[in-house]
This record gives sequence, C-alpha cells and structure tokens, in this order.
Amino acid sequence: MIRIVNIGMSHETAPVELRECLAKDPGHAERALSMMRDLACIKEGFFLSTCNRVEALFTTEQTEEAKSSVLALLSRLGGLPSESLSSSLFVHEDRGAVHHIFRVASSLDSMVIGEPQILGQIKEAYSRAVKEKTTGVILNRLLHRAFHTAKRVRTETGISDAAVSVSYAAVELAKKIFHDLKGKKVLLIGAGEMAELAARHLVSQGVSGITVANRTFEKAVGAAQTFKGRPVSFEEIGAQLLEVDIVIASTAAPGYVITRDQVKGSMRRRRNRPLFFIDIAVPRDVEPEVNDVENVYVYDIDDLKGIIQVNLSQREEEAVKAERIVEEEVLKFDQWLKTLEAVPTIVSLKDKAETIRQAELKKSLSSLGTLSPAQLKTLETLTLSITEKILNDPILFLKQKADRPSGKTYLDTARRLFGLDRENGEEVEYGSQQNDRESEKEH
Amino acid sequence: MAVSLYALALVLILLATAAFIVYLVGQKKSIYRWAYRLLLAGFVFFTLFIAHEYYALGVAPVLTLKSSLSFFAWTILLVYLLFHLKFRLMVLGSFVAPLAACLLILSSALGAGDVTVKPLFRSLWLPVHIGTAFLGNGFLAVTFVAGIMYLLQESQIKKKRLGSLHARLPSLQTLDSINHYALISGFTFMTLGMITGSLYAQQALGSYWRWDPKEVCSLVAWFFYAVLLHERLTVGWRGRRAALLSILGFAVLVLAFAGANLWLSDYHSFRNMGGQPG
Repeated sequence: MIRIVNIGMSHETAPVELRECLAKDPGHAERALSMMRDLACIKEGFFLSTCNRVEALFTTEQTEEAKSSVLALLSRLGGLPSESLSSSLFVHEDRGAVHHIFRVASSLDSMVIGEPQILGQIKEAYSRAVKEKTTGVILNRLLHRAFHTAKRVRTETGISDAAVSVSYAAVELAKKIFHDLKGKKVLLIGAGEMAELAARHLVSQGVSGITVANRTFEKAVGAAQTFKGRPVSFEEIGAQLLEVDIVIASTAAPGYVITRDQVKGSMRRRRNRPLFFIDIAVPRDVEPEVNDVENVYVYDIDDLKGIIQVNLSQREEEAVKAERIVEEEVLKFDQWLKTLEAVPTIVSLKDKAETIRQAELKKSLSSLGTLSPAQLKTLETLTLSITEKILNDPILFLKQKADRPSGKTYLDTARRLFGLDRENGEEVEYGSQQNDRESEKEH
Repeated sequence: MAVSLYALALVLILLATAAFIVYLVGQKKSIYRWAYRLLLAGFVFFTLFIAHEYYALGVAPVLTLKSSLSFFAWTILLVYLLFHLKFRLMVLGSFVAPLAACLLILSSALGAGDVTVKPLFRSLWLPVHIGTAFLGNGFLAVTFVAGIMYLLQESQIKKKRLGSLHARLPSLQTLDSINHYALISGFTFMTLGMITGSLYAQQALGSYWRWDPKEVCSLVAWFFYAVLLHERLTVGWRGRRAALLSILGFAVLVLAFAGANLWLSDYHSFRNMGGQPG
C-alpha cells in the first residue's frame, strides 16, 4: 500500500544555522530531487526549500526504508552526520503529511501567519519537481489540492488582509486617505532602512515623485539617486510642504523638524489638500499636535506598531477559520486517495469484459457471413452497450465504497466474484498504468 | 394595481436595504450583488408606480406629504444609481438605502386621504419645478450621506483607532469627491428648481416671489449651499469641513421641506394643496 511521507525541518524545529547548511548550495533542490528519483523505494518525490523550511515529500511502499534513505539524503545535502539532524526533523505520514503540506501552502505554518510568499515558493518547487519528472499521480493531485486550499484560505478568510509590517501599514493608510497613490508626491526627510522601505512600497504603488531632504546634502543626493528622486536642502522643507502629499520623516534630530504652526500655515496655501505624515523617527520628528490640523494626519512609529499588533491578532482569529478549511480539504483528498485503491480493480474488470466481448464477437462474426458496414457497426454498438451496462452498477458501487472502512472487503469480493486475479499479472500492471494516465487528465 | 406596484416596490427596497446592511457587516460580495439587484428591481416598480400615479391623478403626484416623501425617496434612489455608475462604490448603498427606506416607511405609514386637484396644479410647470427641485434634494441627500461616511472614516483615521468600519468604508478622497460631485449637481438642480418655481408662480399667481415660508427656507438653504460651493471651489473647503457643512445644509433643507410644508407655509402647504394634512 502506498503511503505519503513528509520529512523536514522548519523555523519551529530547527535553528537557522542548520537550515542554512542544507540550503547553502544554489542547485541543492535539483540535486535532492535527482537523488530522490534514484532511490528505488521512493515512487514520487517533491522537495521544498525556503529560508524558513527544508522539506522532502514523497510516496513509498517501504516506509521505513524510504525514511532512512531520505534522512541520509538530507545529511549528505548538508554535509552533516544524520544523528545531528534527526533531533531537528519532523516526520508526518499519510493524513498528517497531507495536512501539513496544506497548512504550509496556506501560510498557516509560516513565521508571519498569512504571509503570501510561501505559496509562490511551493509552486516554484513544484514546477522544479515536474521538470525533474519526480512527481506522479498522487503528488500532482496533492500539490494541486494544496494550491486550491491556499486559494480558498486567502479568499474565504481575512488571513492576509491587513498589513503586518510598518511600511506596509503606512501604505495601506495612505490608500485610505488618498484612494489612489498614482501621481502623489512624497517627501523623504532623513534616511534609514525603514523609511526607504516605506518609500519603496509607495513607489510600487505608483507615486509620481520622491523628493529627499537631508541635513547633509550629499546624503540627500545619494538617497535621491536610488529612487530616481530629487534632492533638496533641509531649508526647503517648508516650501516642499506645499507640494507633496505624503511625508516620511526619519531623521536623527533631537527636536521636532516639523511643527504645528509650520503645517497650519502651509495648509491654507495648499487649499486644504490632505497631508499625511509618516513619522518613523525616534525621537519623533513631527510635533504630535500637527495631527490636530484639519486634513492632516500624523502617524508615528508607535501608532503604526499599534495597527500591526491589532492586525496580527486579527490574523490569528482568521487562522481558526483557515484551519477548518484545511481540515475540509484534507478530508476530500483522503477520499480521493481511497478511490484510487479501487481503480486497478475497476480497470481490470473493464479489461476482462472487453477481452470477452472481442473474443465472442470474433467467434460470432465468422459464422454470420458477410455483413454490411452498417450491420457491423450495429453489432459493435450492441455488444459494447451490453457489457458497459452490466458493469456500470458494480463499478459505481466500488467507487462509492472505496473510502469506507469496508472498501477493501468489497474490492476483494469483486475480484473473486469476477475472477480477476486468475489473469496474469502483466495485464493488471497495464491496467494501473492506464489509470495513472486517466487520473492525470483530471488536472 | 397601483397598490400592488407600491407594495412590491416597498418590499423589494426594504429587502435590498436589509441585504445592504448584511453586506456591510459580513462583507460578502454575493450579498452585495443581491442587494443591488433587489434595489434595482424595487426602483423599476417604484418608477412604474409613480408613472401610474401621475397618469391617474393627471398631475405630478406630490400634493400630499405621503406622496412627496415617497417621491423624495425615489429621487434619492435615482441619484444613488447614477453615482453607482460613476463610482461603483459598493458600500454607498449600505448608507443610502436605509435613508430611502426610512422615507418610504414614513410615507407608507401616513394615510392617503382624498386628493382634489386644484386647477392651479394642472400646469406643465408643476412637474418641471418639482422634478428639478426634488432631484436637487436627492443629490444633496447624497452629500449628507457621504458627509456622514466621511466623518466616520476621518475620525477613525485621526484618532488612530482603526476599527472594522475603517476597512469597510472607502477612502477619504473617494468620499470627498462624491461630496463634490453631488454638491455641484445638487446645487444646480436646486437653482433650477427655484427658477422654474418662480416662473410658475408668476404665471399661476402673478408674482415671482411671495415670501412664502417655504420660499424663505429654501432661499436660506440655497445661500448656505452657494457659500459652501464657493468656498469649496475657491478656498478649498474640503474634507471634514465640507462633510460637516453638507450634513448641516441637509438639515436646513429638511427643515424647509417638512417644517414649511406642514406648519408654516402658505400655498406650499399640503393643507392648502387639497391633500390631507400631514
């Protein structure tokens, strides 16, 4: 009997040093796949490697042998003794493995729950496995169902709705103020990683121009180059307040760079167009009272962190819903897997009927003399529909019972009832290959 | 037939309102689509009903408080549908539909009474005056609704408490431009309504302006909106201030509409129109 096994390590089970060891070589995923393909005990294989996890997923009939081979494979990949690995590894089997891979794809097992990258990474890993021809009927189906589950989780729950990073939260807020950021102008005061990240997010949203102000003009020139923006001197900030819509402040200045009076004065000349300050600096650059000016909104780092905190707890609530969807999909996959067990029996049943039909047709045709093409066709249709109609109910019955606990007994009975095992093994083998092709068509 | 048309329209619009509220809470797109379809169907039957009334009565059906309230609701829905074509803003319905539904419920709670149509009203000026004035009211009702939505969203952003409404409401910019368009259209139609009204008065009663309380109230409201529009276009009274003043302006308008028609008015009063007193 075929089993699905998943062995790997994630940010929860292994420290980053260990994960790095396994993933240090750029071609390691391909190497792992080809090693899995060479292992006789592994039927289908899939290998996922991201900065937060390294996992091998495979189907096998010799579970223990396959597990130790994959462990050896991982230790060879990392150049580490397998004893030092095994304590950091998790192993999931059958339903557990399906459940795990669905959760990973739905970003429920991620460091930041709901982050969207993981699905893309799994898709990439899958196309690599397809290119290396290591996946087959079961894993193809399994991964497609994983993509489907992830999509359902994303559309049916709010798990990735709200921003969970400071820069992204700032962009979301800007959209709630300005609706469309296309054509909006941004002023970047001071520099810093977080400020530049926020600016980059804004650029990707289509803001038209970035102006950079810095106390040292050279720094402003440098930062402006990275955004294809315009450098201005610190003294020009007042004039810039009349032009721009969004200000990102992150200077190291001890006092306020932007004051209430300054903003209030410029609002009249801006004809009250809204102005949004994102103050990432500590100590703050924008006087808090600026927020009291009409049509001006000031968010400092603590405000943004507060939003993220709320969003994170919201994600955790949504994760409960997502887990239910995953459970549902695991159940569906399990049912499909069980119908798979009925397929060889059904195929050999059909084969047997067809062999009998052909033989009997041949016998009768010799005694019927010459027939017109129309008559031949009628005879063909007649015999075909008789065999099909007789087999229809047994086949439906077997498919329905396949996922019940009693399914095995029914399959056994059917094989004995129709004498299917009396035929030679070659034809059964042929049957299961055909079934592979049939199942693949479903995708 | 009129009764069943009206009942059908009422039921459809109430169902649509309920669905719009469910959509606001649950954020299911399918619910929204149903709400919109129900509202559209209700609007069609409502239009048929008003056309039928017009035909049966021979004059525009606005001579009683009951019928003018329902006509007001109809213009609000019409304006909503127009705005829907431009902005495709799903959440707007969740705020406009309840307003229209309230007016309709109020209207259907009032007794119908008999209407004797005075010859004064058998004029083509009546539907022109009423049509433009009410359309103006409909647009200004949308500025009122957009103003409320703006204040709700703005206070959440300002106070940095981003609740569930924050996610459901559109951006400040969107709400402000709805306010802007609705104000321009509303003011234009209101002006047209007043001009056609005074021409009508000149023809029917012999003078353009009679200092009737309704006329005075409307003039006050007109000046109010004129100032708001002027400041908006020149100084840039936008955002929170525009939203606040739109709400206030609509309150003045409602006062002019209801108060003057019911208690104060001379020939604008429903009592004197031949309909039942409100």
